[in-house]
Amino acid sequence: MMNTQLVMYEEDFKKILAVIQRLVRDANAKGIFVVDKNGQLIAEAGEVRGIDTTSLASLTAGSIAATGGLAKIIGEEDFPVHFHQGTRDNLHITLVGGRIILVVVFDDRSSLGLVRLRVKKAGAEMGKIFEEIQKKAEREAATGTAKSPFAEITDDDIDNLFSE
Amino acid sequence: MSFINYSSREINCKIVYYGPGLCGKTTNLQFIYTKTNPDLKGKMISLATETERTLFFDFLPLALGQIRGFKTRFHLYTVPGQVFYDASRKLILKGVDGVVFVADSQIERMEANLESIDNLKVNLREQGYELDKIPFVIQYNKRDLPNAAPLDELRRQLNTMGVQDFEASATTGEGVFETLKAVAKTVLSDLKRLSR
Ligand SMILES: Nc1nc2c(ncn2[C@@H]2O[C@H](COP(=O)(O)OP(=O)(O)OP(=O)(O)O)[C@@H](O)[C@H]2O)c(=O)[nH]1
Ligand SMILES: [Mg+2]
Repeated sequence: MMNTQLVMYEEDFKKILAVIQRLVRDANAKGIFVVDKNGQLIAEAGEVRGIDTTSLASLTAGSIAATGGLAKIIGEEDFPVHFHQGTRDNLHITLVGGRIILVVVFDDRSSLGLVRLRVKKAGAEMGKIFEEIQKKAEREAATGTAKSPFAEITDDDIDNLFSE
Repeated sequence: MSFINYSSREINCKIVYYGPGLCGKTTNLQFIYTKTNPDLKGKMISLATETERTLFFDFLPLALGQIRGFKTRFHLYTVPGQVFYDASRKLILKGVDGVVFVADSQIERMEANLESIDNLKVNLREQGYELDKIPFVIQYNKRDLPNAAPLDELRRQLNTMGVQDFEASATTGEGVFETLKAVAKTVLSDLKRLSR
């Protein structure tokens, strides 16, 4: 189902974090970001200080959306891998499982070949984790057991947000 | 589509400002940006042409505060209003939780408003959404202009669904926060309803 809400529990988050923390080391990357296709940051690892991660997430999603649109125009399903070369830092961007974007920032301490190789493995692991998350969400949606912090909120809770 | 993160105890929602070219979508976000406490906002990103027309989107992340221990964040986006940017508009609607339709009150823009609202319906439907099933509010912008159409007329033509609507002048900020609050509240109420 395409429109299931993305819900991330602590245990899933830890699994994702473990994958990208390992990837930072294995690929000699500076920083790694996991972004949802709608532009929300899910996880980060490495040297990410000073990076505006919210902007990064939104622009990554915009860029992936735009190139995905281009792909369809020429009859491709998608362009799953993107590489942007800079003078100092480079970006390697991969689509995982059609819904998640893996962004790797690296410099000349690493190489495109190494990043590509390591991302392949980490991407596959990440794909499995998100598949599980998706299945869980669908199960919960089907059985109506989804627990949400929002089930219990009152109109007052909402109003209080807006009383400055 | 909202994203609930139990690990960081955050909830993110996406709101899209839609409407015809030059109706004032970007101006709405700019006003919100300038009037929001720096602790509560991120950078505003505008992907625009050299003449300041939106090329792809504007983006403004806002933190509203906490609900039941969850940080509530809203990501505001605008679409490019010019007709030929339709492919980009479709992309920006993906994963939307709530829509603000910004209408240009000027009489001569009535046709453009109607076309844009139709375009919104078509593009939402392509994503599997129906406009009357998602959080939706209307803003009649540019009320300050002498050639603004009467409110009744705008309502009759544009607000056929009878949703919450607001008069605004985005350049001075009148009505801007009222609109934002209304859509944000509707989104949160919807989350509550859906999680029942
Ligand atoms: N008088 C008046 N002018 C306004 C108002 N809101 C916006 N404008 C002006 O209208 C022009 C277009 O505003 P934008 O916010 O860039 O319009 P937009 O909807 O983002 O346009 P696109 O990006 O092309 O879709 C600018 O010159 C604004 O200053 C208003 O309430 N009153
Ligand atoms: Mg604009």
